[in-house]
Amino acid sequence: MTGEAQVKIGFIPLVDAAALFIATHKGFAAAQGLDVELIREVSWANIRDKLAIGRFDAAHLLAPMAVASTLGLGHVRVPLAAPINLAMNGNAIAVSTALYAELTAVGEVGEPAQSARALAKVVARRQVERREPLTFGMTFPFSMHNYQLRYWMAEGGVDPDDDLRLIALPPPYMVENLARGQLDGFCVGAPWSSVAVDAGVGVILHFGCEIFKRAPEKVLALRESVADDDPDLVAALIRAVYKGAAYVDEPQNLEEVSRILSGPEYVGVDAEIIRRVLTGRLRVNGQETRERNDYLIIGEAGAMRPDPRQAEWIYAQMLRWRQTRYSPAMADKAKGVLRPDLFDAAVGGAHNQREIAAFAGPSFDSGSYGEYLAGFAIGQRL
Amino acid sequence: MKIVIVDESPIRSLILQEGLRDAGFTQVERIDEMHNLLKQIYAIDPDVILIDLENPSRDTLEQMFQVSRAVRRPIAMFVDQSDTASIQASVDAGVSAYIVDGLKKERIKSILDLCISRFEAFSKLRDDLERAKSDLAERKTIERAKGILMKAKSLSEEEAYKLMRGAAMRENKKIIEIARSVITAAEMFK
Repeated sequence: MTGEAQVKIGFIPLVDAAALFIATHKGFAAAQGLDVELIREVSWANIRDKLAIGRFDAAHLLAPMAVASTLGLGHVRVPLAAPINLAMNGNAIAVSTALYAELTAVGEVGEPAQSARALAKVVARRQVERREPLTFGMTFPFSMHNYQLRYWMAEGGVDPDDDLRLIALPPPYMVENLARGQLDGFCVGAPWSSVAVDAGVGVILHFGCEIFKRAPEKVLALRESVADDDPDLVAALIRAVYKGAAYVDEPQNLEEVSRILSGPEYVGVDAEIIRRVLTGRLRVNGQETRERNDYLIIGEAGAMRPDPRQAEWIYAQMLRWRQTRYSPAMADKAKGVLRPDLFDAAVGGAHNQREIAAFAGPSFDSGSYGEYLAGFAIGQRL
Repeated sequence: MKIVIVDESPIRSLILQEGLRDAGFTQVERIDEMHNLLKQIYAIDPDVILIDLENPSRDTLEQMFQVSRAVRRPIAMFVDQSDTASIQASVDAGVSAYIVDGLKKERIKSILDLCISRFEAFSKLRDDLERAKSDLAERKTIERAKGILMKAKSLSEEEAYKLMRGAAMRENKKIIEIARSVITAAEMFK
């Protein structure tokens, strides 16, 4: 890399791209010799395609999508490398006020294990009454939203493929569909569940971190060939995003970061909503507010470093939900997507990622696919 | 063969529809209402789905790749692992094609090629229109500046124009820039 490098980065307007926005806006990227052009996109499929054919040099991407692209699931095989995590967690499961009433009529819903059982009762009753199956929305088949929803409901005994419908919808459409009764619930990133609560059409049941304690949500992804051929460029990008994330994480910068992100060129929603998301203080219904400091994790030491175990865990979710079949070669490829080596070379190591830790079910050890999948009542086994 | 166009632009889909009809594809339907997209697609049960890349519902379609028990006929994106040129061409033109499994590749290729050329034609049309609009706006600005000069300096129309053209040549600027300066200056002197 010589002189100023021009870098085109695609993104979806979401709060979890904050590190990228701040790295560019506050000049951390320029300080690394990068001339970054951020390009707003309307679909994950577009981001994937433009990254694949080189219209983008890097992208804000769903962590499972980076694995899917590398394995050639749902699209041509384009090996990607993720040298830094942009965010952990940040999603929430919300249901319509009508479904919330049905759920609370049959049981407790405070803990995910309880609400999943309540959901199973509601689903069973609807089957007896020959009512339409419930419909839940998520953003993409290869997304943490999809895996969070499925994991949660399957723990209660609901088969997400047989007992209800799961559909992919653009996040801005979720709230309207919930209001029209075309959706009964959804799992989506911030700020959309808050928008549903504020509009009085939805109730937040659980934060994503109640389902998986620390789930890799979005990564910065590059084509593997770029990551390996231009180490200076990759290191500069990692350092810029790392500094951006640290800036976001600093409590004294909260107001400024919220204001910057609210701009139409970034997320384009009210700064107050962004502030609530960044502090993890969300209104969950008309009266109550819930607060968790791990609702959305950006910039915390250990959260940024990609962990190959997490890629293996993502591959395990893909296997469980029949998105692919098992092969040792595929498992290896999946594992190779998250690249701590590139991260360590740029900003130094010693930050170990903590476990994903689901609210229930078997724990996952590296490589133990057969055993892990056998631990679930619902889903594909090896 | 049934083809569905998912596009919110009525003109572009009309252009595309026409092209497809000329090529012998008569069963072409357009979806412009994005709510209940999947239901509409199931109802039409198409063999090919074309969608513009500016449409956020593309991710909804992508989900149909997944072999789900809810879908009668699996849908796949039309991509050929070996054919990056056609992926590039379609991304750059702003369109993407999805097909049901089992269709002959050659037939789809011709549809996609047609689609790409029509999308490009539409972009050109839009650019031409934009240019025509800005040309018109420029002409109006020059007329206005001319009027200001005629009134302020009691010039004829031709003299006013010559004055601006002379200034443009001297300062190595476009006449529209001079016209804008005249208008700005006149507003400041008001």
